[in-house]
Amino acid sequence: MGVNRRKFLKIAGVSTLGVAAMPAADALGISPTEWLDKKLGGFTVPETLFHLFEKPAGFTPGEALTAKRWAMVVNMKQMDDEIAQACMDACHRVHNVPKIDNPRHEIKWIWHDDYEHVFPGQQHEHIDENLKKLPFLVMCNHCFNPPCCRVCPTKATFKRKKDGIVMMDMHRCIGCRFCMAACPFGARSFNWIVPWPRAGEGKFKGKEPPNPEFPTRMKGVVEKCQFCAERLAKGQIPACVEAAQEICKRKGREPALVFGDLDDPDSEVRQVLRSHYTIRRKPELGSNPNVYYIV
Amino acid sequence: MLEKAFVGGRKYWILMAILGGIIGLGFIMWLWQFRVGLGITGMGRDVSWGFYIGQFTYLVGVAAAGVMVVLPYYIHHYKAFGRITILAEFMAIGAVTMCLLFILVDLGNPVRMINVILHPTPRSVLFWDMIVLNGYLFLNIFIGWNVLTAERKGSPPPGWIKPFIYLSIPWAISIHTVTAYLYAGLPGRGFWLTAVMAPRFLASAFCAGPALLILLCLIVKKTTKFDPGKEQIRTLGSIVTYALILNVFLFVCELFTVFYSQIPGHMHHFHYLFFGHEGHGGKLIPLMWLAFACMTAAIILLVPPITRRNEGILTVACVLTVIGTWIDKGFGLVVGGFVPNPLERYVTYWPTVPEALITLGVWATGFLVISLLYKVATSVKLEVGAGQA
Repeated sequence: MGVNRRKFLKIAGVSTLGVAAMPAADALGISPTEWLDKKLGGFTVPETLFHLFEKPAGFTPGEALTAKRWAMVVNMKQMDDEIAQACMDACHRVHNVPKIDNPRHEIKWIWHDDYEHVFPGQQHEHIDENLKKLPFLVMCNHCFNPPCCRVCPTKATFKRKKDGIVMMDMHRCIGCRFCMAACPFGARSFNWIVPWPRAGEGKFKGKEPPNPEFPTRMKGVVEKCQFCAERLAKGQIPACVEAAQEICKRKGREPALVFGDLDDPDSEVRQVLRSHYTIRRKPELGSNPNVYYIV
Repeated sequence: MLEKAFVGGRKYWILMAILGGIIGLGFIMWLWQFRVGLGITGMGRDVSWGFYIGQFTYLVGVAAAGVMVVLPYYIHHYKAFGRITILAEFMAIGAVTMCLLFILVDLGNPVRMINVILHPTPRSVLFWDMIVLNGYLFLNIFIGWNVLTAERKGSPPPGWIKPFIYLSIPWAISIHTVTAYLYAGLPGRGFWLTAVMAPRFLASAFCAGPALLILLCLIVKKTTKFDPGKEQIRTLGSIVTYALILNVFLFVCELFTVFYSQIPGHMHHFHYLFFGHEGHGGKLIPLMWLAFACMTAAIILLVPPITRRNEGILTVACVLTVIGTWIDKGFGLVVGGFVPNPLERYVTYWPTVPEALITLGVWATGFLVISLLYKVATSVKLEVGAGQA
């Protein structure tokens, strides 16, 4: 045991190389920020989540939807209460999000709020009355530079290397809730109580989680929207986007939610972004959200 | 040396029994929380840190304050503090113990705590907080015990302990700086997003810690034959005075920036804490006013030498300092940062009874540790004939 001279020199050498590699990032043709982002910002999915998000039940190779950087556009010109409610219901059903009446203990992956609360500081007294009434859908912004991932002490929340989705490993989370303090959008929920108590336990007795394919959580962990990573792996678009599309089709409208690859110039999101003026939540904070709004 | 903690009079054992009882009650409540979840507390999705993290923050300051005794003695050779360095170090041990316990009771999944070490993440401030707090605990146990052992043998402390003592000085500063960085680097929380956070933390620590140490010294003087000394308490009194004024000054600096710039995201929190918002705020509002009334009153009592040097008045001023800084940092700081929430919605937070009992249990554990260690320290001091100053 112990570190001999040879071993020490080896370790010291490798560490020095690591530090030296930083300015060398310039030579590789990427900026130091990009280099840091590559080093710190992205992670491959840990073992515990592999079967849930990489190869879930029903997975057939080649079918998965892939992208370099997933993004969403919320088109408020097409949105109404019915669509918003359908999106929320679809998401919460497929992800076994419990319905909890106490507002302190509520779990929300996607919900709606008024314009003035979704874009605080943007409201003024003479704003369009119709805008005030619209249900602005909010969820995790899947920031390109996520403050939540920066603060997590266990990498339980991390930005996925291959497509930029901000993921959550509910099996690693220690429940410190640092990410909830760090998130500037209030997008994270904590399991203050047992979300799906077994029969005979707590007030939800008798109720079964609706989707047996998606795991239920234990108390004491943080959770949030993951852009339906488990559905993308099976070639399905996110549940909220699907729900919105169905209703919009029936109503003969453009889709209220558009989902796609921000890195692909021909993708639907890029086309929508090109042809509409869009805003993002709290851009001044530099977290660089991947959810855009047409108002 | 530890055996000295197990010999004591009737009063000593009554104190132990009372503390033990409170710890037991807190532990039972914690078992309940462990089973049911953190939902038994007053916290929720908006105020997601509460009383526990507030106490943690406050006590990191108390722990760091040990340096206010160690530094003058070892760097400036201020001999008088030699009598009480051990008391400062042992108070720090008790305070860090409470800090670690408050983190533990705040975790949603304490059984997975080891993940912080299994998946070390240096970009997280919490990772560094773990390192500095545990390191500080180790340093204080190591230094305190060795120096006291040497004193008991009637020999000077071993030379090799010096580097550890010098290291403990910046280390004390680091624990509170890193704890301030937990808050001061979060982009969406205007109340905490201020560079003055770490300096303010240190200022409030260096008044609250020595004030608590003065109170502990006076208790030691009253209950044992060991006298920490008049000069020692006086000098501590001066330190409390300077640090308390600095703390209020830094608060005024913060107020100026926030209210002269009038940036809403920064103003809202102060407004909520001191005036409430549409019925939200509740019992917190009078508490915040009380905090600053306590600190102002303490400054008035501490500044004139004639009142500061009066032990009775000094005691009152120290109690006011401890209460004022405790409300400000242990309560207002955490809750104020969370309300309004990122969607500018207002809520009211108030700890529940089980939450308060768990908190009390942790405090009792800290005081049990301090009592045991002080028993050892004072017994050794008496044994070597250093009872009277």
